[in-house]
Amino acid sequence: MRSDDPRPVALNLLRIRFPAPAVLSILHRIAGLLLFLGVPLAVYLMELSLSGPAGFARAEALLAAPALRFAGLVILWAFSHHLLAGVRHLLLDLDIGISKAAAHASAWFVNLAAAGVVVAYLGYLGGLW
Amino acid sequence: MSARNHGLRGWVLQRLTALYLALFLLYLLVHLSVSAPATVAEWRAWVGDPLVNGAWAVFFAALLMHAWVGVRDVILDYVRPAGLRLIVLFALGLYLLALGYWALVVLLAVAP
Repeated sequence: MRSDDPRPVALNLLRIRFPAPAVLSILHRIAGLLLFLGVPLAVYLMELSLSGPAGFARAEALLAAPALRFAGLVILWAFSHHLLAGVRHLLLDLDIGISKAAAHASAWFVNLAAAGVVVAYLGYLGGLW
Repeated sequence: MSARNHGLRGWVLQRLTALYLALFLLYLLVHLSVSAPATVAEWRAWVGDPLVNGAWAVFFAALLMHAWVGVRDVILDYVRPAGLRLIVLFALGLYLLALGYWALVVLLAVAP
């Protein structure tokens, strides 16, 4: 689409309906960007932890710090959502689950399951199971 | 012809790399939760194993290619002025190459 395209653009977010597949699509993109931002952190932690006993201990301490634990939860959500949405995408490419009802159901499943993974992990940390 | 193939190439690359990333990361997740390295020697030995080291190298290559296609699509959607778009895409390319070089240095430091 040309940027000087004269067609009207409806960007009133209150008037646009967001069915589950649309929410999934936006979250898939946001999750991907979050993972992209996490890459240098991951490479840094890997370098640090492999550098020697001091670096290994430092990496362990960093991972236990509140800020990084929170970042870890965000990354866990992003990874879960991006992976599940990606698998759903590959299945759709293979014509699996392409009916409107199935695509809606799988989108709901992905959005809820990604949040469910984080809740399950928090429960595990809290000693619920 | 090559311009017409461009979108298809990105599409195929995104899916092939996605498959590898999914399999490798799930394997990594299971490995780390079943037998997390307790000492630095153990951790270095595992990453230094030829097969594991190679799998990590392929992982970083796949990850950076996957990020290139994905972030490029986001840039094409939101950065409309042609000149700025080119600059941002160039910066993204440089950034990903730098990350790849860094990851390679990290892996080679413990390679067999």
